[in-house]
Amino acid sequence: MKKYTYTEKKDTRSGFGAGLLEAGKKNPEVVALCADLVGSLKMDAFIKEFPERFFQIGIAEANMIGIAAGLTIGGKIPFTGTFANFSTGRVYDQIRQSVAYSDKNVKICASHAGLTLGEDGATHQILEDIGLMKMLPGMTVINPCDYNQTKAATIAIAEHHGPVYLRFGRPVIPVFTDPDQKFEIGKAWMVNEGTDVTIIATGHMVWKAIEAGEKLAEMGIDAEIINIHTIKPLDEAAVLKSVKKTGCVVTCEEHNKFGGLGESIARLLSTELPSPQEFVAVNDSFGESGTPDQLMTKYGLDSINIIEAAQKVIKRAKK
Amino acid sequence: MKHTIKELEDIASQVRRDIVRMVHGCQSGHPGGSLGCADFFTALYFEVMNHSTDFTMDGKGEDLFFLSNGHISPVFYSVLARSGYFDISELATFRKLNSRLQGHPTTHEGLPGIRIASGSLGQGMSVAIGAALAKKLNKDHSVVYSLHGDGELQEGQNWEAIMYAPFNKVDNLISSVDYNGQQIDGPTEKVLSLENLQAKFEAFGWHVINSDGNDMDSIVKALHYAKSLLGKGKPILNLMSTQMGAGVDFMMGSHKWHGVAPNDEQLALALAQLPSTLKDY
Repeated sequence: MKKYTYTEKKDTRSGFGAGLLEAGKKNPEVVALCADLVGSLKMDAFIKEFPERFFQIGIAEANMIGIAAGLTIGGKIPFTGTFANFSTGRVYDQIRQSVAYSDKNVKICASHAGLTLGEDGATHQILEDIGLMKMLPGMTVINPCDYNQTKAATIAIAEHHGPVYLRFGRPVIPVFTDPDQKFEIGKAWMVNEGTDVTIIATGHMVWKAIEAGEKLAEMGIDAEIINIHTIKPLDEAAVLKSVKKTGCVVTCEEHNKFGGLGESIARLLSTELPSPQEFVAVNDSFGESGTPDQLMTKYGLDSINIIEAAQKVIKRAKK
Repeated sequence: MKHTIKELEDIASQVRRDIVRMVHGCQSGHPGGSLGCADFFTALYFEVMNHSTDFTMDGKGEDLFFLSNGHISPVFYSVLARSGYFDISELATFRKLNSRLQGHPTTHEGLPGIRIASGSLGQGMSVAIGAALAKKLNKDHSVVYSLHGDGELQEGQNWEAIMYAPFNKVDNLISSVDYNGQQIDGPTEKVLSLENLQAKFEAFGWHVINSDGNDMDSIVKALHYAKSLLGKGKPILNLMSTQMGAGVDFMMGSHKWHGVAPNDEQLALALAQLPSTLKDY
């Protein structure tokens, strides 16, 4: 097992804030909009540097999506910022008609996704957003795994034409990816090569997959770990190549097991390479209040759950 | 004036012919609101707007128009074709398979002149505001226009936009409301009354003007007056009284022709009231 270490923990939303500032410096057409959550989205540095390119919309997310769509018509590249719940479910029809169907170059940037938002509870913890967004034709869906990857992804989506959903989170987590990485949309990252089982993880679950891989190695199980940061378009070649080698797969995501990364993988494998699969995901449930760690444990999203799923799926593959 | 009022009225008559023929041709669509707004669209595209039929999505350096109540697509398509965005023969494909003239306007099929999809109501004002903000960033002094149904104002997103625009001094925007008092289920007064729309917009900080949307002289004057009010810190709202079905006597004054196509006999009756001034498509 390849060794991954970290010297600091940071939140992925801060990676977004840093990436937004960088994207703004690179391209004068980049503009930002926020629905009264500037601090939470870490947009302060961009606003300080480019006050005339920032639009405070107030608590009016539908209007924010529409204004962003309109800004593209003058050649702007708008980044909207609010919590994941208010970025997707609240404004689904606005995104569908004014952004996706109209092919507008809007970047929908969503913080506080998933359970790790914590104490605010289920009203704010959306676990359905990947599903909502990936069903929209033409929408790119990205869920980066740490500060560095989120920063790189933010810069990359500014250079990509088309609507994008960028999903990140609130808690501080290990920073373990390369600070100078080039982010390639739609390209899987091989975290660790292995032969016994393929573990595919996205977002906050990637570090947990690495922890699980280390423990599995101690048990004599050689896990291949793949980071799918771009859920759509899916790097199908990378997934098929790996599962062809290992014969089984565990998918890991901080999302409902319905509609998420796991289902995208299952759809691919069922037609191309039917293989045993286990899902480490929320089991069709809302969340609740609690600390991020408590919630990840209660809802079955810890490294131990990945280990157990790997053991189970390997047994199924051997039958 | 690029045209006399009589010339504009003649164009509007042809547009009305197009509308009833298009809706008849596919036996679906929305003639009522389309007929009611024929004069407004004609005034806008043939007289008031500075626009180019060499279509670019960005529309830099030209005035832009956004239709929020997308179901009145027949009038939009007719005026776009008649002003040169695409050939009038394409009007015959309205709402048919493989057409660029979808039931509701869309950018998806690449029809020149359309910059946003609309149909799901209430979204157009936000888009128009965004386009107006982009013009300000680009130091582009042209104007953004939008049109909204009155019943459409029951959608909440409108009021987010109506609140945003004056507070942020979006003063390069002229929004018009098709104030015909009708919606699918009946008069707006009975379905969900809009009460005093002028007072509501004024309370939100808009400069409101009134016009008769079925009197060419009134609508042209109102739009020119609206332009003279731009750049003074307020968005402009043109509260435009219209009659649903205007120009075809048996379609007027009722919500019943909101979304119903005429049969052959009704088409003949309608066309008899609408002189052909340009060639039929």
